[in-house]
Amino acid sequence: MTTPLLAVRDLRVAAEPGTIVAGLDLTVAPGETVAIVGESGSGKSMTVKALAGLLPDGVRASGRLEIGGTRLDLGGPRSSWRGVRGSGMALLPQDPFTSLSPVHRIGQQIGWAVTARRRTGRVAALLAEVGLPADVAGKYPFQLSGGMRQRAAIAAALAADPGLLIADEPTTALDVTTQHEVLELIADLQRGRGMGLILITHDLRLAHSRADRIMVMYAGRLVEEGATADVLRAPAHPYTARLAACDPPLTRRLPVLATIPGSVPQPFSVGAACAFAARCEFAVEACRTAEPALTEVSAGHRTACVRPETAARPDEHEHHADEEAAPPPEATPLLTVEGLAKRYHGAAAPALAGVDLELLAGESVAVVGESGSGKTTLARCVAGLERPDTGRVVFHGSAAGPRRLQMVFQDPYSALNPGLSVGTSLAEALAAAGRPRSEVSELLELVGLPAAYARRRPKALSGGERQRVAIARALAPRAGLLVCDEPVSALDVSVQAQVLNLLADLRRELGLTLLFITHDLAVARQIADRIYVMRHGRVVEAGPVTSVLDSPAHEYTRRLLASIPAAH
Amino acid sequence: MSTTVLAFALRRTGATLLLLLALSLLVFGLLYLAPGDIARNLLGTRNVTPEALAQVRALYHLDEPFLQQYWRWLSRAAAGDFGTSIRTGGAIGPMMLDRTGVTAATAGLAFLLSVLAGVPAGIASAVRRGRWPDRLLAGLSVVGVSAPGFAVGLLALYVFALGLGWFPLYGTGTGFLDGLWHLVLPAAALALGLGAFVVKLTRAAVIRELDQDYVTFARGRGLSDGTVLRVVLRNAAIPIVTSLGLMVAYLFGGTVLIEVTFALPGLGSLMEESVLFKDIPVVQALTLVVAAVVSAAALLVDLSYLLIDPRVRARTARR
Repeated sequence: MTTPLLAVRDLRVAAEPGTIVAGLDLTVAPGETVAIVGESGSGKSMTVKALAGLLPDGVRASGRLEIGGTRLDLGGPRSSWRGVRGSGMALLPQDPFTSLSPVHRIGQQIGWAVTARRRTGRVAALLAEVGLPADVAGKYPFQLSGGMRQRAAIAAALAADPGLLIADEPTTALDVTTQHEVLELIADLQRGRGMGLILITHDLRLAHSRADRIMVMYAGRLVEEGATADVLRAPAHPYTARLAACDPPLTRRLPVLATIPGSVPQPFSVGAACAFAARCEFAVEACRTAEPALTEVSAGHRTACVRPETAARPDEHEHHADEEAAPPPEATPLLTVEGLAKRYHGAAAPALAGVDLELLAGESVAVVGESGSGKTTLARCVAGLERPDTGRVVFHGSAAGPRRLQMVFQDPYSALNPGLSVGTSLAEALAAAGRPRSEVSELLELVGLPAAYARRRPKALSGGERQRVAIARALAPRAGLLVCDEPVSALDVSVQAQVLNLLADLRRELGLTLLFITHDLAVARQIADRIYVMRHGRVVEAGPVTSVLDSPAHEYTRRLLASIPAAH
Repeated sequence: MSTTVLAFALRRTGATLLLLLALSLLVFGLLYLAPGDIARNLLGTRNVTPEALAQVRALYHLDEPFLQQYWRWLSRAAAGDFGTSIRTGGAIGPMMLDRTGVTAATAGLAFLLSVLAGVPAGIASAVRRGRWPDRLLAGLSVVGVSAPGFAVGLLALYVFALGLGWFPLYGTGTGFLDGLWHLVLPAAALALGLGAFVVKLTRAAVIRELDQDYVTFARGRGLSDGTVLRVVLRNAAIPIVTSLGLMVAYLFGGTVLIEVTFALPGLGSLMEESVLFKDIPVVQALTLVVAAVVSAAALLVDLSYLLIDPRVRARTARR
């Protein structure tokens, strides 16, 4: 390896309750891409904030950083980053909808880093470099799409010609086709400029397709690092192996998705033990009495596990258990949607432009599409939360009121009333259907939560637990149809797998019908029997999941499939 | 684009006029809401004789239907004729005009002082969030917000006028500089509470912006602290301007007490005297004028959004 562009020794981050990131070494060579992979709570975001000297108040860092010949103390004053940020490194944030000032024109925002004399020409050159037309300079962020905003943000980040770009989940907030374009753009820029890249992501698949080296973090500790191919072909830490297994495959349906039991502990509560020991099926006494040190398993491939030989991928035996687990749907239709159209007030294009859809009783149907495709509007029209301009939603069968249909929302953090305990929220939903409060514990059990959770408030629950409560609440009136609007997209991969398994189990046990809205084709593959692909308010393709995803007929479906990072 | 913006401005102005019309109806209704006989009320402290009552009824057309009386009153008020004062018997319009100068100067000076001191202090406080200058300013602004203007005024009079003799005790002085000198203490007393309010809201607005992603990104790509602050202030200007518009209403409430405390012959003290004397026509006229000024300030704030916030401009143009 040539002289590194960035070298960090013993990076530590601590806040009031204790350590957040414990001792991390990191090097990046010019032109190299290093991915830092971890779920929420892994400390990956705090790591990059510490690198850029942008930790929030009350959080302190220590360690040494060397970049392009400049050395600095990570615990030093903020002024020591002057001259490092900008031409040394630039931080590209996650969400292009909030990362640009809403009241300044794009050209201005890019130009701030450039001296006034060269500004106009430089802004035009940067816009061209990120593939945006020159007239974007005169536009405001709210006039651009998400992908264009992220391109503009990249142009702004590059304005001072940084040697290192630190991208914090740069595509998580974007649609899948846009994700692909933005990642391609970053790769091109990197090649053209010989720029180093630190890619922060929760997505192993994305890391695999883009990174030269991968570092896996768990509960504030580095658990494994090495060349991408080594880490994913032969993971040496059980956590890496499990995390890879949790990612639902796009090409086939698993009867049961692999999950990781339990949840990520707080970094400062672990003490002298392996942070993953409590969730690890291979844990032995040695894992619980001392923190395992990073040891080399092969050249450049290190892991913090005392039994690296055990970590091999969880074998595939559970995969062939029973291929067709779902009961064959009865032929009676439960719901028919005819010619649904809806245009929001003041919108240029209709949200729905004539959608037909049919749901059979006991069936699971996925509606997939990107943002603006109308999939959420469709779900809300079916649930009666929006009134369509034209078209009909017809329920067949006898059920009425809350018994007929319930909805599960995307964000479990805002879907539950924070002021009510879980038990009270569920009791309210039960009362609406005339069921007694005593059935709360039964409901909690149904979604795999202990009855004692009834006393807790949503704040004390993890994201996955909250989504389970939201599902329990939807089940309270014994609804026949669950409309799920992106119910797993706000969750970590391992938790997503748990929730998908839960929905599949519930469907089997209760004979539920599911209308499942998602942007994620791999998730659709796991949950649905049939799939509708939407674009610009229309259904462009529909059919059984296997035929649509294995041999897509519409050009747009093919493009969606091609945008997904290559499966490992 | 510019025609739609003009249409927006016209629509907002129309809405403001409608609001004022509704307010004027309420203000005129005050006469009927006050307890007792209207004619007696209008007589004030004069002798109540059947002749006097009949004269008042004829003068105010009290025998006509309510809406007709209202219309007569409103159309005259619109032309500047608010009738005659019960207390002095003089025309109300010129009487108010006489006293407007002092109030406008005091309120304007107070507004200027509180904005010029409050906005920079709020910014400084937000930038040094949690450190001692911020805590000190936060403490001071709590005192400022909670100390009543007249109490501060009395204290200031005692210390700076009576004790140190730096400022005059009362009156308006003669000439511009002397007049200004006479208004410094009342304006400062009025500005204290207002300024503390400005500090608090500026601090909150700037802190909210400092926590935004775009600030992290701006720092993360190496922009200087000065540039970042400029960006933040441009964004924070939107809530600050809104609140400054709301302050106009507060100013009018404050001037009443301040003018009484400093014996200034302004609209505030006129209001006080008229209320005490139950001089209902004057109270009505003053209320209507204050309502008009406050509505005009709100209208200006609305229109200023078009200048400061491109999102509002775009939304307006789309309609």
